[in-house]
Amino acid sequence: MAAPKASLHLVAPVWNGGTRGISGLSRVVAPEGNQKKGRSLLQFLADRFYDVEALRDHLLRKRVSKVHQKNRFQGREWIRPNQRGHFSLDFLKLQAVPVEAVDASGCAINYQGLDSLLALKELQSLWLQRCPHVDDWCLSRLHPLASSLQELSLAGCPRVSERGLACLHHLWNLRRLDISDLPAVSSPGLTRILVEEMLPSCEVLGADWAQDLKLGPEEQPRDTAGPTPA
Amino acid sequence: AHDVKTVGRLGGGDRDGKMSEIKKKIRSILPGGDWNPLYDTSYLPPESSDVVIVGGGVLGLSVAYWLKKLEKPRGAIRVLVVERDHTYSRASTVLSVGGIRQQFSVPENVQLSLFSIDFLRNINEYLAVADDPPLDIQFNPSGYLLLASEKGAAIMENNVKVQRQEGAKVCLMSPEQLRNKFPWINTEGVALASYGMEHEGWFDPWCLLQGLRRKVQSMGVLFCRGEVTRFVSSSNLMKTASGEEVNLKRIHEVHVKIDQSLEYQPVECAIVINAAGAWSGQVAELAGIGKGPPGTLQGTKLPVELRKRYVYLWHCPQGPGLETPFVIDPSGTYFRREGLGHNYLGGCSPTEEEEPDPGNLEVDHDFFQDRVWPPLAQRVPAFETLKVRSAWAGYYDYNTFDQNGVVGPHPLVINMYFATGFSGHGLQQAPAVGRAVAEMVLEGHFQTINLSSFLFSRFYSGEKVQEHNII
Repeated sequence: MAAPKASLHLVAPVWNGGTRGISGLSRVVAPEGNQKKGRSLLQFLADRFYDVEALRDHLLRKRVSKVHQKNRFQGREWIRPNQRGHFSLDFLKLQAVPVEAVDASGCAINYQGLDSLLALKELQSLWLQRCPHVDDWCLSRLHPLASSLQELSLAGCPRVSERGLACLHHLWNLRRLDISDLPAVSSPGLTRILVEEMLPSCEVLGADWAQDLKLGPEEQPRDTAGPTPA
Repeated sequence: AHDVKTVGRLGGGDRDGKMSEIKKKIRSILPGGDWNPLYDTSYLPPESSDVVIVGGGVLGLSVAYWLKKLEKPRGAIRVLVVERDHTYSRASTVLSVGGIRQQFSVPENVQLSLFSIDFLRNINEYLAVADDPPLDIQFNPSGYLLLASEKGAAIMENNVKVQRQEGAKVCLMSPEQLRNKFPWINTEGVALASYGMEHEGWFDPWCLLQGLRRKVQSMGVLFCRGEVTRFVSSSNLMKTASGEEVNLKRIHEVHVKIDQSLEYQPVECAIVINAAGAWSGQVAELAGIGKGPPGTLQGTKLPVELRKRYVYLWHCPQGPGLETPFVIDPSGTYFRREGLGHNYLGGCSPTEEEEPDPGNLEVDHDFFQDRVWPPLAQRVPAFETLKVRSAWAGYYDYNTFDQNGVVGPHPLVINMYFATGFSGHGLQQAPAVGRAVAEMVLEGHFQTINLSSFLFSRFYSGEKVQEHNII
């Protein structure tokens, strides 16, 4: 059954590359049994009358948008505060939607505050850049996120030291870790090497490992930076 | 005093100046003034104090802190801490490896540890002193990894259940999971392992001690550098409810002998806290505890004695990395990471027959070769090539009865309270034990954590509070 070509434009850009246009959809809502007769009647009428065609397209669009609404966050959509720093209350309707990424940069979250984050069982990406109260104790609390967390950023946290970084070992799914600019870490270059050894499948962004090396007496001081990082 | 002739020569009629001199002198002689005709006594402890704490280590200071914190009204109780070695050269606190864990089998021990780690996390709220910098106890939250053989696996499972009930975050691992997580472990002979995920690790005990000392001094606790040599007590013959006659003693005076001198000061006191660590047994004997026919309550001694333990620091460049927890082998050998340079601290508890002589703190290096290194190298093959950098020895306040602490008053010497005998886990339970003893002293019963099973009377009734460890 050839579908009216006008309707194809509706479906293809909206649907996420899944099915092939309207024929797929009607297979999905495939009529069974006596519904088939009703369907072909509708089709017959739609071929003859523009009004019926318009009605059918409208019903189809409503069904598509309902499905689309359910899968709104298939991709990534950030929920951001508005200009006044408030979050819209629509957020409360989305309680069934798993949170995949949290950007808490600069936020004054502390040890007790992490309770809220640890409840997110599908959290994949956590950014804690420049959080003033995130310290080694907070890092030791992150282990419940081990099965889902893939990206963690701790850049610029003033209280994180190499002792807290040692308990990131629990996060075996971690693929990206940012530990640059941590003032409380005593030897940043050495710490970065040790963290890379501890998490072999993780890409570690951090201090240049050669930062702690001192030039020997024979070497001439160069204008450019030291040896290229690994 | 001015020479009358000089005054006269200077201008005559300085009678007012002379009168004020005489008035000042009379005022200082009267009681309350600071004139002592014989010598300066400001180095002596006060002549009376409400509470005298024998021992200025982490337990003694913790009791002092909580006494001053929980007292009502503020400033009501005068506390004196008597410590004979202000350098703490032989104190167990500072020679400790500094670990803290919740993996015990006795529920009270788990509760004590849980409160203590909470205390350590909020140490800058508890021990804040105006204008002083905040404390950094350098806590490594790397957790403890206890390994169990076939024999101990069932006990370990039971222990973990108890720990989880109290709120500890411990997980059980099979040998395969162990190999995946820590590839440097040789799991031969290991049937089960328990790993503390949070609230366990190690920290700097010296920092805690200094923090407590500083805070406690700011709260008005007096310190005295001296040794307790005598207790003066009075006895009362009383009848119990069943008609039995009991001789109750009450300590009235503590004689504090000043360091490197024969001089002593009798300090009148209402309560004495025995927090003398490894030397608590000797202090208890001074109070007459244990002087009686054996088998009776009067004849029950405080079973705390000195036991020497060695700690070795070694370097192993191929050793385990940053994720290394505090590992305890089924054989009793333990080690942990120290710093970032592939250095490790560790040791082993000797068996009863091998107990070294606790007369001095000399290190026996053969002990490492014979008893510590072989099980280490077997458990972590990388440790076959290691180099010992240094070693030291310290004392355990070893409770020969059941290796757990003694807390609370003595049934006969009614105003002596114990806070000792923790046999190697005193440091990690000190904040909570201090609070429990303070509650006992101020309220008469335990309020937050019930340590009734840790009272002295268990030594007479024979009820052991034994840790079921997984050796």
